[in-house]
Amino acid sequence: MNVLIPTPLRSYTGQRRVEAAGASLAEVLADLERQFPGIRFRMIDEQESMRPHIRFFVNGAQTFDLARPLNATDEVAIVQALSGG
Amino acid sequence: MATSVKKSPARSRAAAKRPAAKSRSTGAGPVAVLVATRKGAWIFHGDPSRRTWRSSGPHFLGHTVHHLVLDPRDGRTLLAAAKTGHLGPTVFRSTDGGRKWKEAARPPAFPRAGEGEKARVVDHTFWLTPGHANEPGVWYAGTSPQALFRSGDGGATWDLFFDIHSDPQYRQWLGTSQDGTPDGPKLHSILVDPRDASHLYFGMSGGGVHETVDQGRTWKPLVAGLEVVEGFDASNLAFHDPHCLQICPSQPDRLYMQNHCGIYRIDRPANEWTRIGRNMPRRVGDIGFPVVVHPRDADRAWVFPMDGSSVWPRTCPGGLPAVYGTRNGGRTWQRLAQGMPGRDAWWTVKRQAMASDLGDPVGLYFGTTSGEVWASRDEGGRWSCLAGHLPEIYAVETGRFAGAR
Repeated sequence: MNVLIPTPLRSYTGQRRVEAAGASLAEVLADLERQFPGIRFRMIDEQESMRPHIRFFVNGAQTFDLARPLNATDEVAIVQALSGG
Repeated sequence: MATSVKKSPARSRAAAKRPAAKSRSTGAGPVAVLVATRKGAWIFHGDPSRRTWRSSGPHFLGHTVHHLVLDPRDGRTLLAAAKTGHLGPTVFRSTDGGRKWKEAARPPAFPRAGEGEKARVVDHTFWLTPGHANEPGVWYAGTSPQALFRSGDGGATWDLFFDIHSDPQYRQWLGTSQDGTPDGPKLHSILVDPRDASHLYFGMSGGGVHETVDQGRTWKPLVAGLEVVEGFDASNLAFHDPHCLQICPSQPDRLYMQNHCGIYRIDRPANEWTRIGRNMPRRVGDIGFPVVVHPRDADRAWVFPMDGSSVWPRTCPGGLPAVYGTRNGGRTWQRLAQGMPGRDAWWTVKRQAMASDLGDPVGLYFGTTSGEVWASRDEGGRWSCLAGHLPEIYAVETGRFAGAR
């Protein structure tokens, strides 16, 4: 499926949109890590929590659930949330 | 495998200024001043006389860089502890003087919490220390929340070296919310005894000073003689707030410390600290964050006092910046402010933001919260502004790149 990458993570992907596969958000993130090593830890901490200023949207709706099921046609957007100046 | 290779930053002289003091021989080759800031890092390469400086940077523009350190064992490897407002903490490495950077394959991170355990997450790596000269590739890192990590492969992968929270006694010492460091308690000042790789010290902004003599298998607190904030119990380590510790390379039994409650010295094997800050002028006091030692004379050290009165403004006392230096182990202190602003300077210097070089006379450097780097080529006798208009400066280190002339 198509994943929108925010600017802070484009040093890993080199592009704005990438393709990743998986039946859940967690699996998509694992696939991103396989393709772009190091990228996952910048978004998900060592206790499997989303970092405070990273947000995930599926088809325009925000989700805080890494187990969120996904279809191949879903659109995933990774977004940088406000973090101050 | 790590990726995220960063492109070479543009080199520029734009931020460098020419210090006004006259030339002197350094005796130690060209020095580089490594400046880590809230929004990136810069490296200032000095000429052999330390008169002119060439700027390299910004590296990691927009990243919060808590520490940038050159490995003195090879003169090539740079480690940068970085995060951004959005992204988790990591460590970047360069083996070519900062032209290319590669992310650590496994940055410092806590183990996955077990059932019923409190989950811990590294917010940022705060401090980096190269290991002993006989242990190439070994590095130590201090984090917030407080933990000590070790790398055996030049900073590529990191593991908990001493999980302070797993020891019931240490857990008790840390078991309060006393620590008031604004962006989290910090494990800092990881010191390696140059005579003995198994002998280490570190400080915790909420938890005191600790020592191991067996390569980290066991640790003991080293806090006797240290004061804590009035009304608190000094026997509770959580109330001890060392700000910065330094070991004297020429006499490693001697350590200096700038503490929340004064300036101290200890001469091992004694186990009790002496508050040498009592000898500072009363109107200036002995509160501050950094302390720097002379590379060859253990009687000489420097501090940068700040206003720790009332609400703790954390500015130069009275708006008058000054380094204070001692030449006799802290019995007397001299004000060293020639060349600095004579009024209305309301910045200060953070605990990692002051450093010495190996020159003769020794060069001193500090970075301000207002983004200026100040330098002295004569052990504090005269100061000039080396660079300005940088972001808030978190750390200043010196080093000598291999092959630099």
